[in-house]
Amino acid sequence: MLSENDIMALITTLKLALTTTVLLLIFATPVAWWLARTKSKFKIFIEALTSLPLILPPTVLGFYLLIILGKNGPLANLAFSFTGLVIGSIIYSLPFVVQPLKNSFESISDYNLEASATLGASPLETFFSLVIPMAKPGFITAAVLGMAHTIGEFGVVLMIGGNIPGETQVLSIAIYDHVESGEYSQAHILSGGLLILSFILLSLVFALNKKRKVMP
Amino acid sequence: MIEFKLNISKGSFNLDVESSIPSQGVTALFGPSGCGKTTFLRALCGLDKAEGSYVKIDNEIWQDKTQFIPVHKRSLGFVFQEGNLFPHLSIRKNLEYGFKRIQSEKKNIDFKETVNLLGLSKHLEKMPNELSGGEKQRVAIARALLTSPKLLVLDEPLTGLDQKSKSEILPFLSNLIKTLKIPVLYVSHDTSEIAQFADHVILLGNGKIEASGKVEDIFLKSSSLNSEPNAETVIETTLKEHDEKYLLSTLTFPGGNFYVSKVNFEPGQKVRLRILAKSVSLTLNKPEDTSILNIISGEITEITEINGARMNIKISAGDISILSHITKKSAEALNLEIGKKVFAQIKSVELLT
Repeated sequence: MLSENDIMALITTLKLALTTTVLLLIFATPVAWWLARTKSKFKIFIEALTSLPLILPPTVLGFYLLIILGKNGPLANLAFSFTGLVIGSIIYSLPFVVQPLKNSFESISDYNLEASATLGASPLETFFSLVIPMAKPGFITAAVLGMAHTIGEFGVVLMIGGNIPGETQVLSIAIYDHVESGEYSQAHILSGGLLILSFILLSLVFALNKKRKVMP
Repeated sequence: MIEFKLNISKGSFNLDVESSIPSQGVTALFGPSGCGKTTFLRALCGLDKAEGSYVKIDNEIWQDKTQFIPVHKRSLGFVFQEGNLFPHLSIRKNLEYGFKRIQSEKKNIDFKETVNLLGLSKHLEKMPNELSGGEKQRVAIARALLTSPKLLVLDEPLTGLDQKSKSEILPFLSNLIKTLKIPVLYVSHDTSEIAQFADHVILLGNGKIEASGKVEDIFLKSSSLNSEPNAETVIETTLKEHDEKYLLSTLTFPGGNFYVSKVNFEPGQKVRLRILAKSVSLTLNKPEDTSILNIISGEITEITEINGARMNIKISAGDISILSHITKKSAEALNLEIGKKVFAQIKSVELLT
């Protein structure tokens, strides 16, 4: 039913989504925390910068990434590699991780943080023992949205990933190839699979967040 | 003893205070809303960084020109208005949050004892949203105490609570304050809370200390505390004996005795009384045929006019003074003047303990 190529594309996609999500959660958490708490006048610029991928055409993003990651770029020779794809995906999915984290960080009151300090917890201890548990719904939403969005990306991958089976060929590209070659039944299977996967992921987010609300 | 000098500006508001908090008993920080109580507290505790301020507790400097100990390294228990419990943690976890961070050699407060003292043993496994306002505030107090602090700060702990919640917390609070060995800074804008709990008062007005001292003195001296219509005298007395026949108790102070409905205390115990100035009338001769039991003799030390109709008379008896508010007409009819001996008839006495 699925060709060997399709299975490789599926594995590459999942690997990419997982790597991107884990790295994004690590990088985006301090950024989101800073955005949620800072009074700096640079906040709006950083916020705009992290939100850019929301509105930029993926081809624009892909084009610049190609320049940066390409042969003569500062990060030469990362284009058309899995690592390059991860870098592209991190930038492309950044807003989907930063925004939910920032929103849940903002909903934690300063009084809670101050209470934690008066109880002897250092800022770092407060972050791990108070902020992360209280922002759990935000982390779940961020992880799922980041992952789903990475699975679904197309334009950026097309620009910087190329189409190397087992290395940079992901599902969305495989579907495109199938359609181009008139293999509609293959395209159906992959598209239907992605549709169901996305639906399940989103249902999971809503279910988990609803449970949290009942028992805060 | 806690010595402090705080200097902080917020917009056009300027806080500039210098005083100390005794190492024993409850010091009330009192003042109307907007006088800088919160700014004061936040600067003292290090929640806001006030440059050029100085805070020293016992022999430990919390802040001076060269150093600033961050809040989490200061040994203080802070009870916020509204309790401020962590909503995602059970009551037990809330209580343990600070308790587990204290080195065991610095722990001088027992977990179980504190839980019992504040009546929380049956709530330990509940979540904060299952508790009433008064219960939450009790958890917040216990949580702060369990860090074995050198100073307990209560920031308007009863404000925002309804009468029922207040009655859930008051007995625990007064019991607690009596047993605590550490200084308590109690912030309030409610004179009855201060009369009940405080030993010392720092009176704050518009960013400056207007007066500070023993609670009895401050109630007499401060015009913002003893203005009409609730001017009052606070007197510390000692329970002398019970009268089983008439079910009365005798409370004594150097200026005389008070008789009140029998109270549930042991002789020798301290009992604090509050007397409203408007319930004190004056006579020149000792009244014999009166139903009023509490008559204190004394000497007039101060006469001030409140308005065209009413006068404020201060009578000294023993080591304390009692305020009486009477009409100007009566004052002139009795020919009251400083140094004159009078009898203060006190119609009602309120127990604060």
